[in-house]
Amino acid sequence: MIKNATKKLYLSLILIFLYAPILVLVLYSFNASRTRAKWGGFTLKWYGSLFKNQEILTALFNTLFIALVSSVTAAVIGTVACIAIMNLKKRPRAIMIGITNIPMLNADIVTGISLMLLFISLGLKFGMRTILLSHITFCIPYVILSVMPRMKQLNPHIYEAALDLGAGPVYGFFKVVFPEILPGVLSGFLMAFTMSLDDFIITHFTKGAGVDTLSTKIYTEVKKGIKPEMYALSTLIFMTVLILLLLVNRAPSDKKS
Amino acid sequence: MRITMNKFTHMIFMLCAVFPVMLTGCQKASGGENGEVIVYNWGEYLDPETLDLFEEETGIHVIYDEFDTNEAMYPKVEAGAASYDVICPSDYMIQKMIDNDLLAEINFENIPNIKNIGQQYLDQSREFDPENKYSVPYCFGTVGILYNKTMVDGPIDSWSVLWDEKYTDNILMQDSVRDAFMTALKLNGYSMNTLNETELETAKKSLIDQKPLVQAYVIDQVRDKMIGGEAAIGVIYSGEAIYTQRENPDLEYVIPKEGTNVWIDAWVIPKNAPNKENAEAFINFMCREDIALKNFEYITYSTPNTAAQELIEDEEIKNSEIAFPDFDKYENLETFRYLGAEGDELYNNLWKEVKSQ
Repeated sequence: MIKNATKKLYLSLILIFLYAPILVLVLYSFNASRTRAKWGGFTLKWYGSLFKNQEILTALFNTLFIALVSSVTAAVIGTVACIAIMNLKKRPRAIMIGITNIPMLNADIVTGISLMLLFISLGLKFGMRTILLSHITFCIPYVILSVMPRMKQLNPHIYEAALDLGAGPVYGFFKVVFPEILPGVLSGFLMAFTMSLDDFIITHFTKGAGVDTLSTKIYTEVKKGIKPEMYALSTLIFMTVLILLLLVNRAPSDKKS
Repeated sequence: MRITMNKFTHMIFMLCAVFPVMLTGCQKASGGENGEVIVYNWGEYLDPETLDLFEEETGIHVIYDEFDTNEAMYPKVEAGAASYDVICPSDYMIQKMIDNDLLAEINFENIPNIKNIGQQYLDQSREFDPENKYSVPYCFGTVGILYNKTMVDGPIDSWSVLWDEKYTDNILMQDSVRDAFMTALKLNGYSMNTLNETELETAKKSLIDQKPLVQAYVIDQVRDKMIGGEAAIGVIYSGEAIYTQRENPDLEYVIPKEGTNVWIDAWVIPKNAPNKENAEAFINFMCREDIALKNFEYITYSTPNTAAQELIEDEEIKNSEIAFPDFDKYENLETFRYLGAEGDELYNNLWKEVKSQ
C-alpha cells in the first residue's frame, strides 16, 4: 500500500517538475498584462499580434527551414559516411568513429567560434548559408551515432545475395540495405532536427546581419524583457507537438481493432 | 559487410560537394537605390517604423541585426565576421573598442542633427570617448533605488538603506559584478571605476555584510518582483522605473545622494564599415527630433535628444526627474570605464568571494 503510494507520489512529482514550467508559460500567454507579476485578465491579443509580427514569423520560418534542410542533408551525408566507415578495416574504423564523436563532446561555444573563424578565413559572406553549413556540420555526428549500430546489426550476406541474384548496387542498396537501417536513419534525422531547432550559440556566431532564428531572436529580447508574443508562439509549438504525439500514439491501436 | 564504392556513392559525394554552391542561390539580393546600411543594435531598442521611414526618405536599404549583451556583440565585431556599419554599444564597451582600434572617427559634418543632443550628455560621454570623436549618444539612464512607499518608513535617499537590517529579506540586488560593486563603492565614498585594492577590499566586506539581508540577487526580475510587491527595495535601472510606476503607483525611484552610475548607449561606426557615409546618414536620422521621440516612446529609455524631450506631450514624463535628471544637481555621477583584462579579473574574483561566502 505504502509502496504504491510512494510510486504514485514519485511519478506525479516528476510530471509536475517536467510540466509546471510549460504550464506557467501557457498561462502567461493568455495574460493581458505584460508583466508576469500581475494577472491582467484573460486575453487572446498576443496570439493576434503574433500573426501580425513579421519579425517573429520570419524567425520561425528560418528556424524550421534551417532545421529541415540541415537535418535532411546531415541524414544523407551521415548515412553515406556510415557505409564508408563499415568498409574500413578495424583500426581505421575505430579511428574514424572516434573522430566523428569528438565534435559531439566539444562545447558548442568552441564549435561556434571555430566555425566563425573558419568562415572568415575562407572569405565566406555570413548569412543563411553559413548557418546551414554549420548546422549540417554539427548534425552529422548525431546521424552517424544512430545509424552505426543498425549498420553493425546488418547481415552482410543479404546485400551480397541481392547482388548475386542480379540486383545492381544502387537497386540492391535501396531494396535490401536501406529498409534495414531506416529506423536508425530516421532517429538520426529527428535528433539532428531537434539539435538544429534549439541551437543558439553556434547560430549566434555563424549568422550574418539580419538573419534570425527563434532562439537568437528570443535572446536579443533579454535586455527589454521577453515579449508575450513569444509565450503565445511557444504555446502553439507545444500544442502542435502534443497533438502530433497523440496522433502517432493512436495509430497502432487503430490498426489492432 | 562490403559495399563497393560504386556509381551511387560517387553520385552522393558529388551532390554533397555541390550543395554549398547551390545554397548561394538562397541569398536574397539586397540593396536600395542608394546602397545599404547594416545596423547592429540591442534587441527591441528602436521603433521598427523609424527604419521604414529612413528607407523611404533616403533610399538606403537597412539590414537590421540585434544583440543581447555587449559581450556577445564584441567578439563578432572584433573577428570581423559580419561587417557592420553602425553599432550601439554601451559606454565601457565603446572605450574598449576605441582602445583596441576598432572604431572609425565620425565625420560630424554629415551629422548636423548632433545639435539636438544635450551638452550635459556629450560631457558625460567624455568619460569613455574623451574627445567626442567616436560616438553619438542614443539612450541613457541612471541606476538607483526603487522602493515601495507602503513598505518603508519615510523617503529614501541613500545607498545605506540597502544595509539597513530593518529590511532583511526585502532587498533585491543586481546580480552583476560592476553594478553590485558600484553600490558598495559609492556607499563607502569611492569611485566605481577604482582599481585601488584597499578600496575594493572595503567594498567587498560591505557586500558580504549585506548578504544576509538580501532577498535575492536578480537582474530582470527586479521589475516584476517590485510590481508584485514581493520586496520593499530594489536596485534598478531608471529606464525600468517609469514602467514599474505605471504598473504599481506605490513605487518610487530615487538617485542616491552618494552618486551613481550614468550609463550611455551610443552609436559608433566600426573601422571596417563598408558603407560609412550611409552609416552617418543613419545616425543623423536617428538624431532628428521626431525620430528620437518615436524611439523614446517605443523603448521608454531616456533620450539625450533635448529637442525630442521638448516634444514629449505627457507633461509628467517631460518634467520627470527620473527620466531626465539634471546632472548638475547630483554629485559623483560616473560612467563605467573599461578596466582592462586585469581589472575585470580583479572585480570578478572579488565578486566570486562575495557570492561564495
